Amino acid sequence: MRRFKEFIIEKIILLSGFACILFVILIFFFLAKDGLALFKFSSPWNFLFGTLWSPLSEPPQIGILPLFLGSLIVTIGAAVISVPLGMACAIFIAEIAPKWMREILKAGVELLAAIPSIVIGFIGMTMLSPIVKHIFHLPTGLTALTGSIALAFMAIPTMVSIMEDSISSVPRIYKEGSLALGATHWQTIYRVIIPAASSGIVAAIMLGIGRVIGETMAVMMLTGNASVMPHTILAPVRTMTATIAAEMGETVRGSEHYFALFAIGLVLFGITFLINFLADMARHRKNK
Amino acid sequence: MKFKPQTKQKIAFILLGIAASIVIIPVILILAILIQRGLPAISWQFLTEMPRMGMRAGGIFPAIVGTLCLVFCAISVALPLGVLTAVYLVEYAKRNWWTRMIEIAIVNLAGVPSVVYGLFGLGLFVIFFQFGSSILAGALTLAIMELPVIITSSKEALMSVPRSFREASLALGVSRWQTIRHVVLPNALPGILTGAILGISRTAGETAPILFTVAAFYLPRLPKSIFDQCMALPYHLYVLSTQVPNVKPALQYGTALVLVGMVFLLNLVAIIVRARIRSKKQW
Repeated sequence: MRRFKEFIIEKIILLSGFACILFVILIFFFLAKDGLALFKFSSPWNFLFGTLWSPLSEPPQIGILPLFLGSLIVTIGAAVISVPLGMACAIFIAEIAPKWMREILKAGVELLAAIPSIVIGFIGMTMLSPIVKHIFHLPTGLTALTGSIALAFMAIPTMVSIMEDSISSVPRIYKEGSLALGATHWQTIYRVIIPAASSGIVAAIMLGIGRVIGETMAVMMLTGNASVMPHTILAPVRTMTATIAAEMGETVRGSEHYFALFAIGLVLFGITFLINFLADMARHRKNK
Repeated sequence: MKFKPQTKQKIAFILLGIAASIVIIPVILILAILIQRGLPAISWQFLTEMPRMGMRAGGIFPAIVGTLCLVFCAISVALPLGVLTAVYLVEYAKRNWWTRMIEIAIVNLAGVPSVVYGLFGLGLFVIFFQFGSSILAGALTLAIMELPVIITSSKEALMSVPRSFREASLALGVSRWQTIRHVVLPNALPGILTGAILGISRTAGETAPILFTVAAFYLPRLPKSIFDQCMALPYHLYVLSTQVPNVKPALQYGTALVLVGMVFLLNLVAIIVRARIRSKKQW
């Protein structure tokens, strides 16, 4: 009897092990089922490269290029801000800060990660966007740049914690060898430690960017939601994620618009899948 | 201009220190702003009353209850599943192609955008399983979303239990599952709980996955069963700050403060539990 019970339990454990694979497949399946239905109405070419997103016009214009470029411009902006800041912060925590300061900084970074995206969006709307509006003399403070700044701070915790891990896991002897040769601590950091930790750092940057692309609420509240082709980072844009979140509530189930939103979801899923897969590869290369 | 290496080092370290403080300052600023503007709004009435006058007055009680229901239901699905997955990966799985697939699946689950989880929950739970827009649909969506967090932290907790513990138990003739049940899991429990708390705190703040699966715009009563819709704090904040005109700022800041307070409290508990595990570990 007891052996039978254990047999059952071990089978349950085995099944849970495979549950994650099942979920990924289910997510893909349910996005594809409704997303691909769009192509009964329009061609993939028009969907991916159409420059007009106007699903409520007659006939509906379903082109996600402006949304894709919106996501791209916000993401690039956020990467430009977050990569140097995140790297500097990770190096400072891992190598330079004394122990007490390290604990405070790490707790601070963790709390930054914990702030819900909706709160970042809210604070960004009330505090950040007036500043952006004032500095650049814009008619509105809700621009791609505003979104980029907020997203940068949402990507930084992911970057810092993974970078810090990979910097700390560089073998001590590398560092000691370099110091023994008379190099300063700083020379050791950028000539020895950073190159040795590079694959982890690359993975961290990719995961941070993955988080930025997928971010929804803050971006929806901060970028102004204008679904036009973006020309500058100081103009309102609309991202793919924000489009889904903003429009899903008002579509008719089974309409072209509804399928189009699932198709955007499928595109997003594909992009983040690729990024995470590559980042994971980069992280595991280090371990070999 | 050529600097001595020592001078260069000094400049570099100062710059790095400045960068690190730039990262931390927003946390302090956000907290300070929320407390300064939100605290005056928070009163016993605010926390325990229904919203009134199209949410322009009254409290946020149903949103608090809704969020608590959602995170509780989500964690009660995700925790057992996540821990069992971690047990499989740490105790049973061989290093082969299948295991690698599971790991890649976990990494990708962690990276799927929150709004895509929303679409998925809409497609699978709301429409396919016909749960409708309900706590059940929302909680299951959130559960799948927090699964990677729970698995990753449970895995770490299990792996930090020394091999010798398992070997000692197995050498006494105890079966593999009994060893896991009575030796490994109890020792890994604090670490697993830390992960669970972090999972809860993450789901408490999520908005996008519940947009189409459960969240009610304005529902001034409490949910009666898991097949009811409910309000939720993050969605309520979204509604107050973008959808309803002329809301008193104090109401918005108050709602934001309650949400952030809840999330931060959970995180602080997790941080403290973890620090205590680290310092108490005898092996």
